[in-house]
Amino acid sequence: MADWLAWLAGKKTTKSAGAAKDRLKLVLINDRTDLTPAELESMKNELLLVISRYIEIDSNAVRIDMTQEGRQQRLLADIPIRAASRRTR
Amino acid sequence: MSATVITVTSGKGGVGKTTTTANLAVALAAGGQKVVCIDGDIGLRNLDVILGLENRIVYDLVDVVEGRCRLKQAMIRDKRLQELYLIPAAQTRDKNAVSPSDMVRLTDDLREEFDWILIDSPAGIERGFRNSVAPADTVLVVTNPEVSAVRDADRIIGLIESEEKGPAKLILNRVNQEMVKRGDMLTPADVLELLAVELIGIVPEDDHVIMSSNRGQPVALDPKTRAGTAFHHIARRLKGEDVPFMNLEVKEDIFQKLSRLIRPGGN
Ligand SMILES: Nc1ncnc2c1ncn2[C@@H]1O[C@H](COP(=O)(O)OP(=O)(O)OP(=O)(O)O)[C@@H](O)[C@H]1O
Ligand SMILES: [Mg+2]
Repeated sequence: MADWLAWLAGKKTTKSAGAAKDRLKLVLINDRTDLTPAELESMKNELLLVISRYIEIDSNAVRIDMTQEGRQQRLLADIPIRAASRRTR
Repeated sequence: MSATVITVTSGKGGVGKTTTTANLAVALAAGGQKVVCIDGDIGLRNLDVILGLENRIVYDLVDVVEGRCRLKQAMIRDKRLQELYLIPAAQTRDKNAVSPSDMVRLTDDLREEFDWILIDSPAGIERGFRNSVAPADTVLVVTNPEVSAVRDADRIIGLIESEEKGPAKLILNRVNQEMVKRGDMLTPADVLELLAVELIGIVPEDDHVIMSSNRGQPVALDPKTRAGTAFHHIARRLKGEDVPFMNLEVKEDIFQKLSRLIRPGGN
């Protein structure tokens, strides 16, 4: 609401704190797990590859995220499984 | 009496460890507690000048450890606060002149006589850090609301945990409320969410900190200053008091005042 006044005063509203927080979240995950973003990505891909050897998964709806619980990192995977299309073996 | 040993450390340098150590020492001593602070930053001593005691140094920490003087001889008594002492660091020696077990022995000798032993640690993860943390009962990590400082704080908090000196408590220093308000500085809540540690103090950015360091009169000697108040609050929290976190409101500028007049209650 004071935005137009700030504008009048010639101040820019940049809101750079959000960028700092988002970037720090990722950096801290990398630091704490000692995994680079690329390694994390390839770990996810391998994981899915192994799982899909046994069951059919909905790869578009898969979510694998590093989360934080206190100072503990946790890898959370939510992997929807396609309805069993009766094994034909 | 059996002192509590508090070590003040950080990941990144220059975030305010020495300022914090000096001011907590002053605030605790002003409250009638018996305090000794030890400069653990061998080779880069600074606690003496921040406390304004640099002209009274005869012996230092390394002299004590190497047996060139008795512990008492290296303790400088403050003239403003009767129960405040400093053991200065050596300026011309290497940090390897002291070991973690030397520090444990030294603080054990002091524990009986004091309520608080405060250690000003150097930044980083090397010998000086391990020396300073070895005797700690509680470790305070100082950081600024800035990307690099928060990142390095996370690393040091992890190290403190793995040295079994955790959980560390956090002091967020140099918070600029104006920048927070306009969304250009991480808020205390942001930093706490990222680091997931207990907060023990928020210290505002305050010109009085530099003005008082110019004079060698720590800002906590004047509790009317905002930074001084913040350090007094932290000292009381260390003593176990439940002190609410202070409102870091800055003086409104003319435009903020105007906008409140136009839409009272808004903002
Ligand atoms: N709350 C504050 N407001 C304004 N200036 C501050 C504040 N806290 C610290 N400073 C200034 O920041 C600078 C660094 O502070 P200080 O020497 O305490 O940091 P440090 O962590 O001990 O540094 P080092 O890692 O080199 O030992 C000093 O010039 C000090 O005056
Ligand atoms: Mg320092």
